Amino acid sequence: MATIPLHPASPPDGATAPLAVPPLAVPPLAVPPLAVPPLADAQCHALRRLAGLMIPASDTYGVPGADDPVIFADLLASIGAQADAVAQALERLDALAGGPFAALDADAQTAGAERFRTTRGSGAALLVTLVAQCYYRDDRVMRSLGMEARPPFPKGFDVTPGDWSQLAPVRARGRLWRDAP
Amino acid sequence: MTARTTHDPVDVLIIGAGAAGAAVAWSLADTRMRILCLEQGDWCNPAQYPSTGRDWEARQLGDYSFNPNRRRAPGDYPVNERDSPIKVANFNGVGGGTVLYAGHFPRFHPSDFRVRTLDGVADDWPIDYATLDPYYAENDRMMGISGLAGDPAYPSCGAVMPPVPLGKAGDAFARGLNTLGWHWWPSDSAVATQDYDGRARCINLGHCVAGCAQGAKASTDITYWPHAIRAGVKLRTRARVREITTNDAGMASGVIYHDAEGREHFQAAEVVIVACNGVGTPRLLLNSRSARFPDGLANSSGLVGRNLMFHPYAAIHGYFDEELDGYRGPGNCIRSQEFYETDRARGFVRGYTFEFTRGRGPVLTAISGMSAGRIPWGADHHRAYRQLFNRIAGMVAICEDLPEEHNTVTLDPELTDPDGIPAPKITYRLSDNSRRMLEHAVARGSEILRAAGACDVSHEAPLALGGWHLMGTARMGTDPSRSVVNPWGRSHDVKNLFIVDGSVFVTSAGVNPTSTIQAIALYVADNIKKRLANLFD
Repeated sequence: MATIPLHPASPPDGATAPLAVPPLAVPPLAVPPLAVPPLADAQCHALRRLAGLMIPASDTYGVPGADDPVIFADLLASIGAQADAVAQALERLDALAGGPFAALDADAQTAGAERFRTTRGSGAALLVTLVAQCYYRDDRVMRSLGMEARPPFPKGFDVTPGDWSQLAPVRARGRLWRDAP
Repeated sequence: MTARTTHDPVDVLIIGAGAAGAAVAWSLADTRMRILCLEQGDWCNPAQYPSTGRDWEARQLGDYSFNPNRRRAPGDYPVNERDSPIKVANFNGVGGGTVLYAGHFPRFHPSDFRVRTLDGVADDWPIDYATLDPYYAENDRMMGISGLAGDPAYPSCGAVMPPVPLGKAGDAFARGLNTLGWHWWPSDSAVATQDYDGRARCINLGHCVAGCAQGAKASTDITYWPHAIRAGVKLRTRARVREITTNDAGMASGVIYHDAEGREHFQAAEVVIVACNGVGTPRLLLNSRSARFPDGLANSSGLVGRNLMFHPYAAIHGYFDEELDGYRGPGNCIRSQEFYETDRARGFVRGYTFEFTRGRGPVLTAISGMSAGRIPWGADHHRAYRQLFNRIAGMVAICEDLPEEHNTVTLDPELTDPDGIPAPKITYRLSDNSRRMLEHAVARGSEILRAAGACDVSHEAPLALGGWHLMGTARMGTDPSRSVVNPWGRSHDVKNLFIVDGSVFVTSAGVNPTSTIQAIALYVADNIKKRLANLFD
């Protein structure tokens, strides 16, 4: 099985170039190198291209796309036991796109991805989950949302106490429960 | 084939270390009997809970999923749930379902024990609210429950700690409910809002349902079990019970179980207490067939595995312009029981509770939004996402499920767990009453959210992955032909066999069951202690 570099110097044909982002104050999520990629070469290219079509980079919001090298490496590392299901989903993508997705031109890829999305099958749901779970834990993306790039524990979060005076009309009501003989 | 290992007999053998098993073990410990609990799963390490890592949301969909068929941990068993619109949620390990539950901790209402008398449906329980009241209180103290006294929907009962914060979401919900003039109250939560019994107070990790790394949420591995073990109870993990054995007198003699390597063991016991939940318990009893008990143990009524009740859930989501709590804070917030007690003018009998939830993390916002078509693929993705992030909040409606004998747990003829033990098969149909109740809940819930300021509303009903509450499959009663255990949890057929989990429920009420499961476990334990001299008469 052929491999693709996890951090390619240039994006595969048709892929969106990664957005230039400012250097990070802390290292991004550590992504372990994969001894054996979970997918064949063409499937990796197809998945990466599809991820970029799902969530493209944005200058407006200052975020990379889901085809960003770091994010995509995280995605590949996260496939794990779902490799067969992901491969099946990508076969379905090829079928709906009318040919090997990675080899299509950009317009055909966009049209094929749209057909894949609108079928709403389990394959599309699986790939959406994979892409979203890796994209929205990326440091750059979290910061763009106003989040700290950290797990919830141990620092936790602040929540306002709220306005407990709102209970007054409820307290004023009579009882709601029924007697039980 | 290796020889089966035989262990020294114990006085009391408890199967299952979850909500009920832990409570009954702790209560019986003061008898100084030899007590052993067998648990098919492992201890959890809170330092490895998802909220300690950056993949905290992803793991909730994987190794900390509440669906065992997805999770597939070594202690899990598969469940054939293809013939059910509601899928089973559970956790197998020390703490059981309390490790992954949200920690909602309401009691049943007094009327829930008298549904036949009051509403003419199902059956009355053989016990009542007053009987369980002291056990509810003791359990609240052991689990460390937060809440607020004075709820007009309940008889007077106290709270151990102050309630969880309302937050921005709770403020919005309360505004909406007050506009409509409908009941609400802070949720009773198994979440410590103060340092309590060795547990640190809640710091709003927002991830209660995948294990609480802070230890603020009361799972029994950190509440009952440390006390029980200190008092002398033994707990053996990775011990999956295959069957309960019986002797020539028709009494339970012990169990055969498999260890982590699949080796067989025999553990003799004078008393066997089953606490494996509403699916695991009938599975075990049906797997314990013998010449004397050809239809499964304790099944002369034919009701083992019948009358399975879930709580059909409706989830109703509101989309707000203002930023709410989002991923921050315990999921628990407030509840409404405006539609809890029966009003036949609504088109159904019995009722439901609204439990309001704060929000979602960034990943689940994306997955749900993209799946629902609210967040597009492509260039407009980021704008649409930011319109939803931290701006979704809503509720679930927990609808009372009435018992129906055609809703069953049986043994799958082909599917087995890794030790070759037949797996459970769920057959379940949603009743017309439940459908009407769900429709009512969706309509009223949508009203609440719009009154609270939501600009749009969506719903899912029934919630497919919402089979958290497993009840009714070994019901209690006074008539041996219509029930499996007597009013204090002892099998009608096998007089040294007890059941203490949600299986014994006669009806399901419209609230989360853990508080009642544990109160019943303490009540059964108390009855065992009071009747030790003539326990088997």
